[in-house]
This record gives sequence, C-alpha cells and structure tokens, in this order.
Amino acid sequence: MGDLLRENTLYGNIYDWAIGIVGEDLAWLAYTVAVMAIILLVVNAFLAMGTLYTWAERRIIGRFQSRVGPNRVGPFGLLQAIADAVKLLFKEDIVPRAADRIVFNLAPIAMLAPSVMALAVIPFGQTSYLANLNIGLLYLIATSGIASLAVMMAGYASSNRYAMFGAMRAVAMLISYEIPLVMVLLAVALLAGSMSLVDVMTSQAIPFLLVTPLGAIIFFLAISAELNRSPFDITEAESELIAGYLTEYSGMKFGVFYLAEFANVLLAGAIFSTLFLGGWPWWTPLSHVWFLVKVMAFAFIAIWVRSTIPRFRIDQIMVIAWKVLFPLSLVNVAAIAIEVVAWPERTLPQLVIMGIINWGITAVATVAVTRAWRASNGLRVSPSARAVRLEVG
Amino acid sequence: MPGDGFALDWVTVAVTIVVGFAAMGAAFLANAVLAPRRPSVDKATPYESGIRPGPLGWSQFNARYYLFAILFLIFDVEAVFLFPWALVFLQTASYVFYAMLLFIGILFFGVLYAWRKGVLEWR
Repeated sequence: MGDLLRENTLYGNIYDWAIGIVGEDLAWLAYTVAVMAIILLVVNAFLAMGTLYTWAERRIIGRFQSRVGPNRVGPFGLLQAIADAVKLLFKEDIVPRAADRIVFNLAPIAMLAPSVMALAVIPFGQTSYLANLNIGLLYLIATSGIASLAVMMAGYASSNRYAMFGAMRAVAMLISYEIPLVMVLLAVALLAGSMSLVDVMTSQAIPFLLVTPLGAIIFFLAISAELNRSPFDITEAESELIAGYLTEYSGMKFGVFYLAEFANVLLAGAIFSTLFLGGWPWWTPLSHVWFLVKVMAFAFIAIWVRSTIPRFRIDQIMVIAWKVLFPLSLVNVAAIAIEVVAWPERTLPQLVIMGIINWGITAVATVAVTRAWRASNGLRVSPSARAVRLEVG
Repeated sequence: MPGDGFALDWVTVAVTIVVGFAAMGAAFLANAVLAPRRPSVDKATPYESGIRPGPLGWSQFNARYYLFAILFLIFDVEAVFLFPWALVFLQTASYVFYAMLLFIGILFFGVLYAWRKGVLEWR
C-alpha cells in the first residue's frame, strides 16, 4: 500500500511525512492522513477555482461586449466572486409553500455532487490523480448522468410552472446529448484500448484531437449542452422561462447551483484536455501547470462560443442532437473501430494514418451537415437579422 | 485479480464523495446560521413575474420528452454492452467485431424508424 501511495506525486510526500511522525507500524494512520488531506485540498481548490472562474467569465464576457465587467471589489475586481459568495450566504433561504421540501433541498446537492465525484478520476499531472479507476470513463458517464436527475428534482419540487417547463426542456436536452457524448467516449476507449483515464493519456502519442477531430467536435458540442451553456442554455432562457428550474431558488442553494454550473466548465475542460489534448505530457517538469493551461484554454473557448453564438430554439437543439450529432458519433465509432482492427498496435505512425483518414471523414461530414442544414432551412434567419450580419461582416 | 490498488482507488473515490458532500453541508450550514429568517405568505407563493399565480404548478402537463427518454434508454443500455466490447474485441474471435457492428446497425435502424415517424421533432 505504501509503495502505491509513494508512486503518486500528490500523496507521496505527505505520506512519507506522516510515516516519519507515527512510524511504520501505524502505516494505516499515515495513509488516512495523506488521503484525507489531499482530497480536502483538491476538492476545495476545485470549488475555489470554480468561484474564481465566475469572475474570469464575467470579465471576459465584458470584453467581448465592449464593456469593463466587474472591476470594483479588490484588484481588477478579483474579489468580486468572494463578495458574491458572502452576499449569497447572508440571503434568506425562501422555500415556496407548495414545494416538496425534501426534494427541493436535495436538488442543489445532487447538482454539485457529480462534479466533485468526477474529480476523483482526473489525472492533474504526472502521477498525480486521486484514484486511477480501471473504469474511469464509465465512472465519468455515471456521474454526469446524475445532473439530469438534479434538474428534474429542482423543477418538479419547485411547484412552479416555469420551473417545470424549464426542467422538462433541460432533461430532454441533457439526455439527448448524453448519447453522442457516450459514443465519443466509446471511440476514445477504442483508440486507447483502456477505460482508465491515466491509460488514455499515456496512450496519446499524438493528442487525440488530431487523431479523431470529429470526436473532439462532437464532444465539445455535447458537453456544451450538458453544461447548459449558451448556445444551448435553453433551460434558463430568461425571456421565456424566468430562470427555468432555478426560478424558486435563493440564498446558498442558488449559489450551489451557480457554482456547479461554473465549476463544471472547468471539469469539462479537464476531461477534454485529458481525452483529446493529451493531458499533461509535453513538458514534464511543469506537468500540472501545462494541464491547467489546457483547461484554461478550453474555458476561454467556451466563453468565446457563449459570447458569439445566439441561443438555439429547443426544436433546433433536438434536431442537432438526434439528426446530426448522433449519426455522426456512430460514424465516428464505426470508423475508429475499423481503423483499430486494421492497425491494432496504435503506434505513432499508425495513429498518424488514422488521423489523416479521420480528418477526411470530418471534412466530408462537415460539408454534408452544413448542406443538409441549409437545405432544411434549420437556421432560418429573418431578413433583418441577415442584414445585421452582413453589416457586421 | 484486483489487489491493494483496486481497494485503494475505490476508498479514495468514497472519501472524495464524502468530502464533497461535507463542503456543501458547510455552505448550507453557514447559510442557515447567517441568513435572516422572516417568512411571509407572499414570499412563499410561486414566482410568476408578479402576476397572481394560477392554481398549483403540478397541474396537468404534457411530458413531451418521454419518447426521447425511451430512445435514450435504449442507447444508454447499449453503451453497457459496447464498452466491454471495445476493450476486448481485439483478443476475441473476429465474428465478435462484426456481431457488434450488426447490433449497432439494428439499433440505428430503430432510430431511422423513429426519425421517419416524426418522433424526433419537438412539438
């Protein structure tokens, strides 16, 4: 057991330190100390980063919209997120009279719990992970599935029509986009020959983004929908649904929902960089920093997309999920399965050949989808909107 | 055979879950201690943008997504078969590979049927 912990950069040092104090006889105590301390540290660092990320997102969105964004509290407004958290802590927690109290209170917990749970299998850097599950990918799917349950709980328990409508749309969207997501993860498991996230990372002689660009694109779209982010933020379409399933929430429960939403972006970035960007390997001494840079890059692109693309209608969202992403993800899985049969060793030159074929498939698929979408008038734009677009260029 | 590492990993996952819940519990506890509590009848009514709320929010509604839910169920269950297949098909007989492709094909045919029937339109 000790050797296993020493191999892990996260636990190793603190385990040795604790062994030095309590002696080899009490190894279990040292083990408990090491695991508890590191997990406490990682979970709190994750939640703190999620809080800070709200500030970053507001600042960057502000820049995109030619305004400043929050800049009053602390240097560059950095303490804005903390000020918001304190404000939410001091807000009254209102529960509607007709609400189902137990479910109403459980919903925010069920929303944030999956992101903390998923944290357990993410490799943050060289030999730095909380747990290396041999079914890491399935574990990720299982935890992400809880979120749709939380949304339904929130919408149902609020006993509010808008919350109910918002939750129904949200659940329809979440479960629809989970299918392409699962299929992409399957393709990654095929490529890596393992479901352990550590193995997935070490098997990337070149980043899987280059080997399976179609998978990366589908994953990015599906995960944006799973995160309820614009252009898929139909669940809280303010103009029609007040705040969707969040309508009746106040105080810290609202805060937990919000934190979950933002923390999940970072988590999605971590998953994306693990699966498609090769995770930490590149420049080993600073593997953790390099991993964080990739997560930040993903977060920035997510913000960029959010501030650029207008919200889809719910019918368009369902069409994209079932008629575009789902067939494409099946094509992706079939293509990669056949390629893996053809080149079972998956060495660097073989991955390059696979990549070339997949780029071809991606190009064909993109052109075909764009044409079909135009022909079916899926993105019907009103003349005035088109005029504006032409003017902007 | 799963050895020490296996147990260690799952204990770690369990601890992570407990710590995550504890962090949320702390936030809710702080909220309960710090927040004012002045209940009133108006505050506890459903929020419908200031208009007098109608009868109960749990009035009849049309669960439009149930067909999507069924399709989702089919393919989520399929995933349970697909993941083990993805890991072992290189070591097994070659018909395992084609059998699974056939299975995916049959299920995809089901989706095509639903597509033709217009189930995939959100009305």
